[in-house]
Amino acid sequence: MSTLTITPGAQRTLKNHVTIAQTVRNSFSMAARGLIKIRRTPEQLIDVTVQPIIFTLMFTYIFGGAIAGSVADYLPLLIPGILVQTVITTSVVTGVQLREDMDKGVFDRFKSLPIARIAPLAGALLADTVRYAIATTLTFVMGFIMGYRPGGGLGAVVVAALLVIACSWAISWIFAFFGVIARSAASVQGISFLVLFPLTFLSNAFVPVDTLPPVLQWFVNVNPVSHLVTAVRDLANSAMFTSDAWISLLGAAIIVAIFAPLTVRAYMKKA
Amino acid sequence: MTYSSDWAVEAHGLVKVFGDNRAVDGVDLSVRTGTVYGVLGPNGAGKTTTIRMLATLLKPDGGEATVFGHDIRREPQIVRQLIGVTGQYASVDETLSATENLVLFSRLNGLSRADARRKSTELLEEFGLTEAAKRPLKKFSGGMRRRLDLAASLISQPPLIFLDEPTTGLDPRTRAQMWDTIRRLVATGSTVLLTTQYLDEADQLADRIAVIDRGVVVAEGTAGELKASVGSASLLLRLADPAALERARHAVLDVLGVEAVLTPEAGRITAPMSDPDSITDLLIRLRSDGIAVEELAVQQPTLDEVFLALTGHAAGDDESAEESPDESPEGPTAGATTSPRPTTASGPTTPELENAR
Repeated sequence: MSTLTITPGAQRTLKNHVTIAQTVRNSFSMAARGLIKIRRTPEQLIDVTVQPIIFTLMFTYIFGGAIAGSVADYLPLLIPGILVQTVITTSVVTGVQLREDMDKGVFDRFKSLPIARIAPLAGALLADTVRYAIATTLTFVMGFIMGYRPGGGLGAVVVAALLVIACSWAISWIFAFFGVIARSAASVQGISFLVLFPLTFLSNAFVPVDTLPPVLQWFVNVNPVSHLVTAVRDLANSAMFTSDAWISLLGAAIIVAIFAPLTVRAYMKKA
Repeated sequence: MTYSSDWAVEAHGLVKVFGDNRAVDGVDLSVRTGTVYGVLGPNGAGKTTTIRMLATLLKPDGGEATVFGHDIRREPQIVRQLIGVTGQYASVDETLSATENLVLFSRLNGLSRADARRKSTELLEEFGLTEAAKRPLKKFSGGMRRRLDLAASLISQPPLIFLDEPTTGLDPRTRAQMWDTIRRLVATGSTVLLTTQYLDEADQLADRIAVIDRGVVVAEGTAGELKASVGSASLLLRLADPAALERARHAVLDVLGVEAVLTPEAGRITAPMSDPDSITDLLIRLRSDGIAVEELAVQQPTLDEVFLALTGHAAGDDESAEESPDESPEGPTAGATTSPRPTTASGPTTPELENAR
């Protein structure tokens, strides 16, 4: 400790606010931590690897014949739908893991550091985009194996994938909020799925909307998930960046604008 | 606003309420810059809660506090630039290695990638963790974790360091190492505010001590003042010849002016020791009387005695322990053994004789 010399408190130049540049820097440092954690605990990736494979197989062969007449005809409809559903579902895990993480002592240290308050949260969420990328890639690969040939070409598929990942990141703020306010990790999962199921199943992800009763049709059409599914279909199948894509991005921005401040505030209040 | 450099911490009437439990109920603390301040108390006394409020981890429900003149409520971000916090349980990331932890915290403290690496290597070396740098933290011993935890607190070289029970649960050897580390820290000019359940720890390290119980400071002062308020230590003599006991008792009565207690079977004599200086006189008298002393020891007042004297109840019989992280595996009275611990002057560890002053 001989090398240390302490600058007295009164002689330091200090500021009571955090700049945006520092916020971004802190968040990326936290994201780097998240990536190391993912690398250390690869078993946490089971859901994002197994779920796309099983769900895609299951839904394609169960519903394919009934809904679209054949598996081949169903794939262009289903793959974008199942993609959105899978990736949004895996974003629930973000909230659950955040809850578990916050119960550990290291979050105390994060709070005691002169860093942006949002950084530990934003970093964790940012690192989880890796999970969404894995789920997205696997879903498209599964579709390809089963015979899905996206009409939009590879470029459009990549754009569609990025759109899904961005929107899921936004939605994960909702689950992060549950993660911060919930008492236990198990209850986060409970609340989250309660929100998630109506949102993903009451959409155009699996079935054509016109087969639904009028009341449901109304909900499905306003459901932001439907817009995202449509946007992905338009992109992957015909390389069109439609108004649904813009609506999805707008919806994502609104979710972040509401839930990020709510989450940070709840996080700061929590002891 | 006054930027005081004299006081590292000034707290007035801090209050924190959890439900209907007033965990901290009006705590006043003044910690002078460059000193070690010990907050002594049993589990659930409100030590951790107080530290968490001062470290901006918890918002106080009442009262005021400043760190180097900066209000903990209005200027939390400034306070955070001036402090380092080391918790009871290692607050480092268990899934990361030691190096990864230090690099992360260095980066968060604004160091560049290269500087962060350099700083981590430096700190690992300083805390004797270089060999374990890449090992998973799950395989770290309790002492190694504490050291890493402390290392992480020192990255920004904060002028004020909070140590929340730095040695709870450590074995005696590791504990002594931790004490050395803390002493070296103070030598660099840091101010340290530490909490502890152990009287001897506060005694060893702290310049001033506040005894806290049920959320209230019940006594404050130097270790000496504190002990004087509690009652004196007692002197224990074992004579080579038990037959000389009665003569020794007379000598004690003459020189110290107090009545000694005899234990004839063991050839021992115990006397309250209010004035350590007169011990020399007693020893000279014993020598001139031809009474050979085989063992000389001083019994410290234990934490139990301190608490009993200050609060009227024993340490740890407070059932409303609210701070869950405060639960140490050894229980509240682990440091304060119920039986007195004599320290022989001829034994391998002698510093306590000196501490009896």
